[in-house]
Amino acid sequence: MKNKMKIRAWMDKGKTTVKAIIFHPMETGMRKDKKTGKKIPAHFITEVNCEHNGKTVLRCLWGPGVSKNPFISFRFSGAKAGDTLKISWVDNKGNSGSKEAKISA
Amino acid sequence: MQAKRRTLLQAGMAAGTVALAVSAGLLTPRAVMAAWPKQAFEARKLPLAMEALLGSDQPVNSPEVKVKAPDIAENGAVVSVTVTTTLPDVESISVFVPVNAFPLAASYELSDVTDGFVTGRIKMAKTSDVIAVVKAGGKLYSAKKGVKVTLGGCGG
Repeated sequence: MKNKMKIRAWMDKGKTTVKAIIFHPMETGMRKDKKTGKKIPAHFITEVNCEHNGKTVLRCLWGPGVSKNPFISFRFSGAKAGDTLKISWVDNKGNSGSKEAKISA
Repeated sequence: MQAKRRTLLQAGMAAGTVALAVSAGLLTPRAVMAAWPKQAFEARKLPLAMEALLGSDQPVNSPEVKVKAPDIAENGAVVSVTVTTTLPDVESISVFVPVNAFPLAASYELSDVTDGFVTGRIKMAKTSDVIAVVKAGGKLYSAKKGVKVTLGGCGG
């Protein structure tokens, strides 16, 4: 699986707005494979950590009820243009991924 | 003698794996300390899920919590939900869908610099309310919004 993620972060009226998409199947464990009739095992992101300068600004706890290729948007203060925002995730199979983005003006 | 040597080797390997996982950033110390709330996510009833996650299933309805979601969702697999709150000292925002097999969809822990605003996309099995519970200053506040789902997003 490709651990892909898209992050956009920008300054607006002194605050930082973040939008991110993590590409992940987010299988609930209840869907059936149409060909084999067997259940597709659950495979979903459990935790996402969003950090600015090493400080966690948002921690997401997710279950299988979050949509495929999860999208997240939030806002925080205390950052300036050029700072780095880091988002990292872990799923129920122990896979993980992370990406950094510069906060634009 | 032989058996003992085996055990030692296994113990050594197990410790090595954990160390490796930590160094690879898989197991951050934080993640180890505050684990994923398995019990809350696996609860099949709304009150149980809320109780397991937040310690109470009796949040107070508050006009200071707002849930923005579509009136009609054509595809229950992707329902965009935005929760905003003007309450001070927000600790967490959680989103529940009572009709889903697992009512707890997502929970967001906010820091002191994070605004009371979170958008995410969730799955909905069928027409239902989306309930947002905000934990602020140790108390629970909630709001809900009805979403009509024309095609469920959890089945197979």
